[in-house]
Amino acid sequence: MTRAKMTSLQRVLTTLGHEEPDRVPFFLLLTMHGARELGLSIKSYFAKAENVVEGQLRLRTKYRHDCLYPFFYAPIEVEAFGGEVLFCDDGPPNSGTPIIRRDEDIPGLVPPKVGETPCLGKVLKAIRLLKDRTGDEAPIIGVVMSPYSLPVMQMGFDKYIDLMVEQPDLFNRLMQVNEKFCIDWANAQLAAGATAICYFDPVASATVSTREMYEQTGFRTAKRTLSRINGPTATHMASGRCLPVVDLISRTGTAAIATSVMEDLAAVKEACREKLSVLGNLNGIEMRRWSQVEAETVVKEALAKAGSGGGFILADNHGEIPWQVPEEVLLAISDAVHQWGRYPLDWTGTHG
Amino acid sequence: MDDLVDRFEQALLSFDRITAEEVIHQAKKAGGSTNCIEKIIVPTLIRIGEGWENESVALSQVYMSGRICEDLVDAIMPPAASGKTGQPAMAIALLEDYHSLGKRIIYSALRANGLDLADWGRIEADELVAKVIDDDIQILLISVLMLPSALRIKTVRERLQQKKAKTRIIVGGAPSVLALNC
Repeated sequence: MTRAKMTSLQRVLTTLGHEEPDRVPFFLLLTMHGARELGLSIKSYFAKAENVVEGQLRLRTKYRHDCLYPFFYAPIEVEAFGGEVLFCDDGPPNSGTPIIRRDEDIPGLVPPKVGETPCLGKVLKAIRLLKDRTGDEAPIIGVVMSPYSLPVMQMGFDKYIDLMVEQPDLFNRLMQVNEKFCIDWANAQLAAGATAICYFDPVASATVSTREMYEQTGFRTAKRTLSRINGPTATHMASGRCLPVVDLISRTGTAAIATSVMEDLAAVKEACREKLSVLGNLNGIEMRRWSQVEAETVVKEALAKAGSGGGFILADNHGEIPWQVPEEVLLAISDAVHQWGRYPLDWTGTHG
Repeated sequence: MDDLVDRFEQALLSFDRITAEEVIHQAKKAGGSTNCIEKIIVPTLIRIGEGWENESVALSQVYMSGRICEDLVDAIMPPAASGKTGQPAMAIALLEDYHSLGKRIIYSALRANGLDLADWGRIEADELVAKVIDDDIQILLISVLMLPSALRIKTVRERLQQKKAKTRIIVGGAPSVLALNC
């Protein structure tokens, strides 16, 4: 029996409630592709909120996915702290010279004031405009870097690990600054109209931190931070593995976890059952060379592993689809979800 | 000796620099400096590398293990020591990328194995090819995190082939890891 058609927001909320909606929701987490739609360079595209709004609306019309994603680029938070952003023609911007060059810079670090920071203001404007244009039809996903993961861009990955291991007092001071900023930034996006916040925390993943490290540091940071964010959150590992810490992540107050292509989706779904919804885990690196048949096969495999019972959103595993992924592949993914993702997923033999 | 390797590995994985130094001091007294590198440090780093491969060891542990071992080896065998001659000319570089952790890990691990190599930091493709030719590099290690940077490796390889260079290129980083897992 065909279920009544839902809006994207209804579909996502139903699955987050661990029930089956009309079909499996899917997020194409597209950022730079909006520039291609508008015929702009990546740098020009992100210079104006209106470009991102138009890009997101066109992308959603074309690919029929279930969210709007007004995420500009990861180093925007470092830019807010006074750092440099380096653009390129065929990939996401990078952060430039670290804003923390020496450990001695940390005690004087002050969180940016969200309302007075132009680069953040552009994002808030994009969220407001998207909310005006779309209302409650589709979720608008805001983005923050976790306080525990932001230092990778603030000071460099190697220096950050050194700090965690050798300078616990300075590490704690840095977490205080970043937590304040993260909470303010997330709440500003929610106030502007974001439906939920994606909390990117790759350093929390088992790929980067040991369970003990995470439990003593990033886990506590996440609990303090997420409890003060005024809306639902999803924790994203940005390609990192989550299974060894999924029980801890489920206790941070987050509603969903985005997992890696390096983990078995069925195992993650089982570990998260009734505790967290799961996002994932299409391989963005491989996606650029999929044929239409391969795209359909991969989508069907993911739906079969994790779709049953709800609590699942199909997405890529990194939180940003590479610029190199062509339109034909994205259309094939979309077609496959629309064809094979309708509940009940009787064809998988796993329904119920 | 196996007991020392176990203790040394545990110290490295726990970021316990003091215990690691104690184990190496004990091993040096028992078997000499070179023996200590060959019998303790190298096998332990291999074990930790295997742990990374089988997902029982985290990146932070691999990084800190390399850093601690690099310092220990530098103390045992300074960079200009005569024991480091006779190896192929090697260099490591971050190709049009800003994410240096992987390069730092490999650089430390190789130096901790008693090898010398040039660290060229972040570099553009044209400059990289020119330096390889100028310095007659035999083994070039390229580290990247971003996909656009990974795709530039092909350009580097083609230009080196055009110049008839026989340089072997070893690449690493997230794009290659994820591509292998498909």
